[in-house]
Amino acid sequence: MDEAEAMPAEAEVGPFARVRVTVNGAPHEAEVETRTLLVHFIRDVLHLTGTHIGCDTTNCGACTVLLDGKAVKSCTILAVQAEGRQVRTVEGLAEDGKLHPVQEGFVEEHGLQCGFCTPGMMMTTVALLAKNPNPSEDEIRHAIAGNLCRCTGYVNIVKAVQYAAQKSRGGGSK
Amino acid sequence: MTVLGGIGQPIKRKEDARFIRGKGNYVDDVQLPGMLYLDIVRSPYAHALIKYIDIEKALKVPGVLAVIRGKDLEAAKLAWMPTLMSDKQMVLPIERVMFQGQEVAAVVADSRYAAADGVAAVQVEYEAMEPVVNPMKALEKDAPVIRWDKENKTNHIWHWEVGDRKATDAALKASDVTVTQDLYIPRIHVSSIETCGCVAAFDAMGKLTVWMTTQAPHAIRTVFALVAGLPEQKIRIISPDIGGGFGGKVPVYPGYVIAVVAALKTGHPVKWVEDRTENLQSDSFARDYHITAEIGATKGGKLTALKVKTIADHGYTDAAANPSKFPAGLFHIVTGSYPFEKAFVEVDGVYTNKPPGGIAYRCSFRVTEAAYTIERLIDILAGKLGMDPAEFRMKNFIPQQAFPYKSALGWEYDSGNYGPALRKAMDIIGYESLRKEQVEKRKRGELMGIGISSFTEIVGAGPSHTFDILGLKMFDSCEVRIHPTGKAIARFGTKSQGQGHETTYAQILAEELGIPAEDIAVEEGDTDTAPYGLGTYASRSTPTAGAAAAMAARKIREKAKLIAAHLLEVSPGDLEWKDHKFSVKGLPSKGKTMQEIAFAAYTNHPQGMEAGLEASDYYDPPNLTFPFGSYICVVDIDKETGEVKVRRFVAVDDCGTIINPMIVEGQIHGGLTMGFAAAMLEEIQYDENGNIQGGTFMDYLLPTAVETPKWETAKTTTPSPHHPIGAKGVGESATVGAPAAIVNAVVDALSHLGVTHIDIPITPWKVWSLLQEKGAA
Amino acid sequence: MIPPRFEYFAPSTLDEAVEILGRYGGEAKVLAGGQSLLPVMKLRLAEPKALVDINRIPDLAYIREDGGWLRIGATTRMNDVNDSNLAKRRYPILTDAASVIADPLVRNMGTVGGNISHGDPANDLPACMLALGAQFAVRGPKGTRTIPAASFYLDTFTTALEPDEILTEIQIPKPRTGQGNAYEKLEKRAGDFPIVGVAINLFESGRKIESAGIGLTAVGPTALHAKAAADSLVGQAPGDAAFRRAAELAMQIAQPVSDLRGPAEYKRAMIGVLAQRALRTASKRAGGGA
Repeated sequence: MDEAEAMPAEAEVGPFARVRVTVNGAPHEAEVETRTLLVHFIRDVLHLTGTHIGCDTTNCGACTVLLDGKAVKSCTILAVQAEGRQVRTVEGLAEDGKLHPVQEGFVEEHGLQCGFCTPGMMMTTVALLAKNPNPSEDEIRHAIAGNLCRCTGYVNIVKAVQYAAQKSRGGGSK
Repeated sequence: MTVLGGIGQPIKRKEDARFIRGKGNYVDDVQLPGMLYLDIVRSPYAHALIKYIDIEKALKVPGVLAVIRGKDLEAAKLAWMPTLMSDKQMVLPIERVMFQGQEVAAVVADSRYAAADGVAAVQVEYEAMEPVVNPMKALEKDAPVIRWDKENKTNHIWHWEVGDRKATDAALKASDVTVTQDLYIPRIHVSSIETCGCVAAFDAMGKLTVWMTTQAPHAIRTVFALVAGLPEQKIRIISPDIGGGFGGKVPVYPGYVIAVVAALKTGHPVKWVEDRTENLQSDSFARDYHITAEIGATKGGKLTALKVKTIADHGYTDAAANPSKFPAGLFHIVTGSYPFEKAFVEVDGVYTNKPPGGIAYRCSFRVTEAAYTIERLIDILAGKLGMDPAEFRMKNFIPQQAFPYKSALGWEYDSGNYGPALRKAMDIIGYESLRKEQVEKRKRGELMGIGISSFTEIVGAGPSHTFDILGLKMFDSCEVRIHPTGKAIARFGTKSQGQGHETTYAQILAEELGIPAEDIAVEEGDTDTAPYGLGTYASRSTPTAGAAAAMAARKIREKAKLIAAHLLEVSPGDLEWKDHKFSVKGLPSKGKTMQEIAFAAYTNHPQGMEAGLEASDYYDPPNLTFPFGSYICVVDIDKETGEVKVRRFVAVDDCGTIINPMIVEGQIHGGLTMGFAAAMLEEIQYDENGNIQGGTFMDYLLPTAVETPKWETAKTTTPSPHHPIGAKGVGESATVGAPAAIVNAVVDALSHLGVTHIDIPITPWKVWSLLQEKGAA
Repeated sequence: MIPPRFEYFAPSTLDEAVEILGRYGGEAKVLAGGQSLLPVMKLRLAEPKALVDINRIPDLAYIREDGGWLRIGATTRMNDVNDSNLAKRRYPILTDAASVIADPLVRNMGTVGGNISHGDPANDLPACMLALGAQFAVRGPKGTRTIPAASFYLDTFTTALEPDEILTEIQIPKPRTGQGNAYEKLEKRAGDFPIVGVAINLFESGRKIESAGIGLTAVGPTALHAKAAADSLVGQAPGDAAFRRAAELAMQIAQPVSDLRGPAEYKRAMIGVLAQRALRTASKRAGGGA
């Protein structure tokens, strides 16, 4: 194994940028490389590891977070693009120890297996229900088309979303 | 009131509590102080000599600490490693690369970003060599020999056969009707949403801990000990939460080994997590079977014989994950649900310049290949006989009274009852009226098809007399300890990747011990604490470790009975286990619960008896289990575009005793979706130069919720006679059974045009081309 | 997958953005939604020295009718189009296309300007622009110029944009009574790139087609303007015969290549199928006054 002797003093590093972003209601500020992806900022800088990385090419949706309330894929957004904006991750769903209806729905309807796509899937669901509180099965299936799940076959995810929708509308637990 | 949550209860999963909060702990979530990152340089060529690896520029990249090459591993005899099939595989090459995407060198840096920059800065000079991509060509006399390192200068790896060739040939010759069909089951990739990776760290005492995406942590520890020469007590493999496995996390990939070497050399923890392109290009593939099958029957439609010949493309090394004695896995379950008197199977393994593998794709060792072959051939033969495929199956199924049934290829099927499962599926989907609808539609020129698959699986490897991996017998284990307050912890040699073991195992123990499932903690995956086992794949967890749970619990019950007798001041012979507690026969009010007994086991146990209440069991299954099912699929085809839409899909599964119906149904949904994926979308293709076509999720298309059918499920229950609780395993049934149902439906839609087969994946252009060819568009 | 290093700029005016682009002389890229650019950078297929993020420039995201045009700001997100009642009601071709581009999450970031100016022949909006006879407002160091869609696409990933120019606004002629349009996309799986796509814009008057525009997706180095096919419709009565003839002419100019999304002959045939479907939908919508 050949090792680098020492970091050359004149090493060109960066460019860097200062990023201020509110995550799950709490302000954060950090100096990061301009190329830092939002998902790495969330996972490696803020240590919020509930947001996952699955494909790197903006196909699978494991990295889905809410950016100013909209579901987006954080592996295809730079941390600097989130400057001054609001990010919500899976860690921000439960409030005061009380599960969000979407979290409850995924448990009640067995909407997850390995759990890897689950945070992204739930964030997409939160955004969907904010916009469409009573989605049809077809609307749900299209809304989660950017989130791939390899375990569940989606049937129970659809039910989980429906459960959450009903709960959020004040329908109680079916 | 606390619910027991025993066998048969659809209780909610215990593990969900962390996953829905984003508190799962996957390998990439592991953060250690001083941790470095490893990234890998990969070959752009499928076959080439390495002339020179220039690392100077890479070492100057800010943050890069080291570059590792094959020659650096050679000194430690780690440049090569053995595969699970006793072939050998390069960790890092010294002189040649054998497939596009092969590991060539590794960069260690202080961040993932710097490591990636380092990889981009490593310059490798190659001399391209002629690649061998097609396995048929690989077998030709003048084909370049891929494995220069082997004494035997041929691309043929092995020949394996089972059954009676002569008798089968004779039976086929004597058959009134035979059909022969070529089937290609393409190379596909499991693509769990979590890729593979590890964190390797040595502590001050020289102990190695590896957090690793592995389905078989204990076997990995032993392999590391044997290959790297590390004392086994100084290796700890932790398989944390796993984001889907499906067989792809059984092998040892070079990246794991390089990370360990890097950790040793740098003295820092090292993390390696592959990206999706690396995962698709280099991790083990599944399938790639070129099959020719011949099947025969009498005029009256009674099956006579089956003969199957297969060329298996293994890539540049045989790194399949199979039990050692079975180089083609359990492919000889290919006689399926039918009582063939004569059968013969032969498989030839071949080297090509492609990535190694031959792992499952949510399937027990080539069982999908087998089920697909027989269920396709049955349909083609029924067509030739002019018989309805349902009727033909009903006529030929192994009858219920024939179980345990010994197949012509040597398996002893434990239990089965195939007719009722098919009848149930037909009733649910309305088979007879669909056939009427089809007749009407054909009159109008519309295309719809109905496809059946009545598969039999073989899972739960396996009995120690026949089953081992690298010599390790394929038992599995459970260790249960009951605490004084009547709560328990249980540890297993398996490792869940989403199957819900923490819940299911607790339910088995709850049923056997009378302790509520929620009071039983289940742990797996840490080799320092869990008992030895061969891991989770091939639907073996319930058949092996699940059985071990029941057996360990029963050992505990034996001791508990003595304690209960002591507490009740009766003879043990006066006690019976009833309603989840020990009570005096004929006096049910007088009894002791397991909680009371557990407390006594630590506070008031009989003199002369050891304190405590625990047991372990290493379960060696007497046989495999044989789940089965009947699936029916209805498709509609757009004549103009060739697009196939699955209108309905009914799956009737029989996996014996069901522990948690909610989880079982979830497993079936997922398996069906992977079966659908293989039937309709997925294939890894290479061009003539061995370049992978589409090594990202932009091109390798997993099904989304939009096209995935709305699965309908039902069950029959035929317990396994040899499993302690009668369970069989279910995680893969649907992946095994679904593809044939879908293909049979599509072919059925086109059968009146003379179409008898379409290879998977069924793309719209394959269907369109057939319609053009048959003049039916 | 990690992108290479780059300088990042988030100017607050277009002039500033243009100035930075000019300074980097073709080595800087405009970052709009980033849904195509960032993946290719992560794959290290593109290594720009600088990114000019135009998302902080005010007033670049809008959909409004003004003068004779529908005007769409460059950083308008796909889902803003899908949510726009104006688009849905009066320009259904736009929501036909914007609703099938990638997936809903990508559509929350991906911009109309990005999809149009990326120059990828597999993007869906360029064909629509050709069919609609759109033009693009472009800001450069010398001010603003407009480029018709028909002369915008030069080659794969090459457009008429100079390295120091930014597409700022898409201008689509306002619909007249009797106009109808549609976009048909054939895909292997939801959210995938198209196998092929066909965009149609028709103007019917007194049961005759007065004018037509046809754009084709993923069958050439750029989106293709099927002019002869469109011209063949002029003066014809809308219906199967005219539509079949136009579809055949569209198939003739298609230059598909065989790849993972199908063999060339299939793609060419599908241009014909989709063209007829889109023509029928467009004609129906024309009758409906859309």
